[in-house]
Amino acid sequence: MKSRGEEVIETPDLSHLSVTDFDHVYEPREDSFLFLDALEKDLSLIHSLQPRLGLEVGSGSGVISTAVARALGSTCYMMATDINPFACKATQQTALKNKTNVACMQMDLDTMMRMDNSFDLLLFNPPYCVTSKDELSQPEEGGSFLHLAWAGGIQGREVTDRLLHHVGKLLSPKALFYLVVIKENDPEEIMNVLSHQGFQGHTIASRKVKNECLSILRFCRGF
Amino acid sequence: MKLLTHNVLSSKCLKGVSVGYPLRLNATDIKVVDVDFNSEFVSRMIPKINYSALYEAAQSIGHHNGLPDAVADDYEHNDDFLKAVHHVLLEVDVVSGDLECPESGRKFPITRGIPNMLVNENEVNEINSSNGC
Repeated sequence: MKSRGEEVIETPDLSHLSVTDFDHVYEPREDSFLFLDALEKDLSLIHSLQPRLGLEVGSGSGVISTAVARALGSTCYMMATDINPFACKATQQTALKNKTNVACMQMDLDTMMRMDNSFDLLLFNPPYCVTSKDELSQPEEGGSFLHLAWAGGIQGREVTDRLLHHVGKLLSPKALFYLVVIKENDPEEIMNVLSHQGFQGHTIASRKVKNECLSILRFCRGF
Repeated sequence: MKLLTHNVLSSKCLKGVSVGYPLRLNATDIKVVDVDFNSEFVSRMIPKINYSALYEAAQSIGHHNGLPDAVADDYEHNDDFLKAVHHVLLEVDVVSGDLECPESGRKFPITRGIPNMLVNENEVNEINSSNGC
């Protein structure tokens, strides 16, 4: 139980989304809930850095961006991208249902964002599962996007790596970047890749769920 | 889609596009919503946004009334200025229309407030596809 005064991230109400919606949109699971728990533990740090522009890449149901938008209120403009049009709609609805605002955009990762060190908070629960390369392709017209929520290609890293390579251009000097990983993604190597862009990485939460060793990594530039 | 979102979008990753900013904004349906004014938030956003892009976008959809064409010198303490910026950044919501790359003319439709910024792999710079834009 939380005592009064501790900062809490409430799990958003998703009762507006039905079983049919989850045929098209990733339904929050253990990875999403671990992500929420970790962000809640880090909330005082997040508050202390006063983020003004936040971005969640691959927002799915919108559970994470909505929870963060609610926790930060009018102090931060929360944006969210997803390649899946059903996910964009779900994120928009989840924010509305929970009386907050998340600016949704249908986009592949952050490809159409201005790369000028503007974002103060970046959240990414990527498709981290190890799959074949073939499973990464975009669906045909009218096809399902759902596999793109989990298929990560070789080492489960192919989608994550596309973002990691330029994250230094997206983020402001005092930005925080949170990333969900599994052991197969080689978190040590991810930290090494980002250290070349001046980021220090820490594992802030870990949980073993069924056959997945999940961790939440936090990156910031040394400050 | 709020104009603050427009302000941070760019089409620089498209093949043959060198700046790709700001995107041209065409609106066919706009709604104006009430959003609580947080002067500190707006004040901290001023250095982050491209003010002339914001002004031009507001002007292009006829919502620039009351918005000065340049940032006020004393903006941190100028509530009238901050309120005008707040209104344009957060209260003017483009429900439908499109965004257009200023160089290639590629259009990105806005439907029910959500811009569709998906591009095909063959539209994106090869150097940039693995390297960001």
